[in-house]
Amino acid sequence: MARISLDQIAHSFNPRPSSEADYALKSIHYQWDDGGAYALLGPSGCGKTTLLNIISGLLTPSNGRVLYDERDMTLLTPEQRNIAQVFQFPVIYDTMTVAENLAFPLVNRGVERAEINKRVAEMLETLELEEKANRRAQGLTADEKQKISLGRGLVRYDVSAILFDEPLTVIDPHMKWQLRTKLKTLHEQLGYTMIYVTHDQTEALTFADKVVVMLEGNVLQVGTPEELFDQPAHTFVGYFIGSPGMNIFPGTVVGNTLKMGSVDVPLNKGYAECAGKTEIGIRPEFIRLTTASEAGSRGLKFNLRSVEDVGRLKIVRGQAEGVALNVVVDENSDIPAEPYAVFDAERVCVYQNSMLADGDILSTESRT
Amino acid sequence: MSKPYNNKAWWFVLPVFVLVAFSAIIPLMTVVNYSIQDTFGNNVFYWAGLEWFQEVLASDRFHNALGRNLLFSTIILAIEIPLGIAIALTLPKKGFWVPVCLVLMALPLLIPWNVVGTIWQVFGRADIGLLGHTLMSLGVDYNYATNIFDAWATIVVMDVWHWTSLVVLLCYAGLVSIPEAYYQAARIDGASKWSVFKYIQLPKIKRVLLIAVLLRFMDSFMIYTEPFVLTGGGPGNSTTFLSIDLVKTAIGQFDLGPAAAMSLIYFLIILLLSWVFYTVMENYGAEKSDPRVEQD
Amino acid sequence: MLELVGVSKRVGTELHISDVSLTLERGSLNILLGPTLSGKTSLMRLMAGLDRPTRGGITLDGKDVVGVPVRRRNVAMVYQQFINYPAFTVYENIASPLRLAGLDKQTLDAKVREAAELLKLTDYLQRTPLNLSGGQQQRTAIARALVKNADLVLLDEPLANLDYKLREELRVELPRIFGESGAILVYATTEPYEALMLSGKTATLCEGRVTQFGSTINVYKQPVDITTAQIFSDPPLNLAKVQKTPATLAYGEQPLGNVKGDLPNDDYTVAIRPHHVSLNPSECYSVKLKAVVSTSEISGSETFIHVETEHDRWVLLTHGVHRVNTGDNIDIYVDPSRFYLFNASGALVHSPVNTSDAA
Repeated sequence: MARISLDQIAHSFNPRPSSEADYALKSIHYQWDDGGAYALLGPSGCGKTTLLNIISGLLTPSNGRVLYDERDMTLLTPEQRNIAQVFQFPVIYDTMTVAENLAFPLVNRGVERAEINKRVAEMLETLELEEKANRRAQGLTADEKQKISLGRGLVRYDVSAILFDEPLTVIDPHMKWQLRTKLKTLHEQLGYTMIYVTHDQTEALTFADKVVVMLEGNVLQVGTPEELFDQPAHTFVGYFIGSPGMNIFPGTVVGNTLKMGSVDVPLNKGYAECAGKTEIGIRPEFIRLTTASEAGSRGLKFNLRSVEDVGRLKIVRGQAEGVALNVVVDENSDIPAEPYAVFDAERVCVYQNSMLADGDILSTESRT
Repeated sequence: MSKPYNNKAWWFVLPVFVLVAFSAIIPLMTVVNYSIQDTFGNNVFYWAGLEWFQEVLASDRFHNALGRNLLFSTIILAIEIPLGIAIALTLPKKGFWVPVCLVLMALPLLIPWNVVGTIWQVFGRADIGLLGHTLMSLGVDYNYATNIFDAWATIVVMDVWHWTSLVVLLCYAGLVSIPEAYYQAARIDGASKWSVFKYIQLPKIKRVLLIAVLLRFMDSFMIYTEPFVLTGGGPGNSTTFLSIDLVKTAIGQFDLGPAAAMSLIYFLIILLLSWVFYTVMENYGAEKSDPRVEQD
Repeated sequence: MLELVGVSKRVGTELHISDVSLTLERGSLNILLGPTLSGKTSLMRLMAGLDRPTRGGITLDGKDVVGVPVRRRNVAMVYQQFINYPAFTVYENIASPLRLAGLDKQTLDAKVREAAELLKLTDYLQRTPLNLSGGQQQRTAIARALVKNADLVLLDEPLANLDYKLREELRVELPRIFGESGAILVYATTEPYEALMLSGKTATLCEGRVTQFGSTINVYKQPVDITTAQIFSDPPLNLAKVQKTPATLAYGEQPLGNVKGDLPNDDYTVAIRPHHVSLNPSECYSVKLKAVVSTSEISGSETFIHVETEHDRWVLLTHGVHRVNTGDNIDIYVDPSRFYLFNASGALVHSPVNTSDAA
């Protein structure tokens, strides 16, 4: 096991990159602590898989260094780095049994037979696959196959890190829960460094202690799930995390007041004037719908467009002062006939040029 | 997965049925007809029953020819299949050289059988042929017309040169369809090149390999044109394969009855062996998975 | 109106679809919800006419369509994989069904542009699919299905291969886009949340059977049996086998309180949704249970806590961030008025009364 450092990593698939646009990864500088659970989150094409493959050694970066503890690993193969990786589609060796699949990495490394048998037996138990040990791996379901892919990494004991590339894509929702919880438990039990690539915010947030949000080859924010939810450093993070995402709209802020048409919404912080565009971000969870009298002067008249009952919650869509707003309310709450929207002043985020104002929150790692 | 149904489809198949009936079934019936009768010309036929079959099956000449065929097919499969896989493995998977390699590989396949025979006939001649002359000047006493080993070697090399490309192309198609993740996972598992071949590549190209083996078997078992052009079945009877023997019997000696019986036996042997190959390879590593679960 | 009456499909010895009867109205959105291999795709193939049912009848607007080839039915289908003509531009891709129908140039152009506008493809009309993102490729496939003006539009997990956020957007747009066409829309998915977001009607499928068909939110709130309830729950339902006595529901030694109504004393399975288990007692959440934490997941605004009760594995979905450690002994609280009760054969016998259903 090791601490993994990325030292000014940049990568281009073009052998002679001419402009910044040619780079799939712009400049990544970050350190992954030993034993941490991390997620790389972002939309397709943001460079998250490229970064993962650079960490594992399947890809050599155009610039920068990869260090495991103090050792420079940039030019070493995955095998030399001693990492394990689980892919989007389960990779199994069709002609082998489940047990043989799990033994394979050990056999390749010349581990003694008795030791192999012991570890495989343990792994079969951990993965709850004892009954299928001697079945050919070919006929298994997708989630069982994915467990085997994972098991081939775990069985090695001494791996530096386990990397996951969207491992739950082909798994049914119910099984997703089981596998994800299993991963989480294994992480707690075994203490491997785990790095998990996904576009699915729920998977990223629930799995990781720290989530790295990426967009177009850049890291936008690194933070705990709470930080990403409460204080998105960039408007994209606000939009990308949460379902529905943060309401983001252009607005005017004067000191500690947000001007919404004729209504003054008080904020609990003051903001300096800024030259670029100012945007307001508020999560649907932090808007209350109430009556005019209860809302008072800070209430925004809310033109309700639709209410979607999604079981546990209701998503209310509408407009206030010319701004489209989504509001999330509890399954049992009633929506008044003439609703007024009230913002939770604590939770309003102000963005200047897409960056969270009061700007010390944006992690320095993402800027170079 | 079942196909959509459409009764009109039968009309499209009908012409093929008619064509096959005229070109295959009717001649086959004629052959059956000949095989169970005897004739002395003049279109007078006598019932012979299974007499011709018994005669053919008991004759040394048939046994020898069949033995040559089996030996030849065995040699061909033993060389072309491993060689084809090996070449396919070394071909580039992407980039500029892919189309170049594929075209080069496909070239021999475009040459007709008799031309191949003629090319090698000239190529191997000691007086004017490049191969024959070179070998002679190296001190090798090479002559496919008089030396049995040389005749066989020439036919085998000729067939390998002509048909290995087919195996290469089929295997290559199978290899490029293996997702990259399998190779990556194998690298991470620390698998050797041999393990990658044995546990990933070979199982994944099993199906195309089956087709390659079947095609090469059937084709090599039916070999006719090349030895006919090159050696005419000689020296002696050393390259007289079943097909050549059949033609000799039917056209050379005009023994239509035995020839018909022989060709039916020949046909049944090919059918039987093909079926054996197919079942063996299909069941190798069986425990069929539910096709609906397959992800790739 | 598409009507399936007692439709079964047998392939070899396997029954892929078993006695399905459904009536799908024009202009309606119908969701087929179920796990992989539950029969969603098989059922769609039968509806499309790609397969012929082994038994049963299928009628469209009263006319028998069994045996009518798919080419002569007005059906459009969108698959999980993005299927477009790779050599055509987006414009030609969308235009292809119209060209087959032999439309004149102006009408065709107008229709293509209208569909492109709806699916936000106007800027990409001259590109080929390979130069588009996955989302745009799927939009192209959807636009092609849209212009066809089909009677029946089948969408087989159309968003499964897309990014989470794109899915969210298209999920909102799709019912609106097709809603106006008057087509019968059928949408297959494995995800309960997707079904709830799409609303409309839902048929839950399990092993080739339709377990329930009705308005989506009703199926969610009033599942007829435990299979339906489980299919329609993400995260999974918390189950407890109980024995009813006049005084209480006995969960092993643990009393779970009681439910209103007259239920005979018998064995039942109680199902509780993960967000109806609380970490804090309150007037409603009055029944206390002991549990051991197996793991917890924080999603930023909520916490999933996986616990082991004395007999079962449960999951709690709680608001806010709660830090608990694996192995902790905690008290959890349930509200008997939120219980679903299923009898020994799995049928629903009691469900919570929902106050806001009137709306």
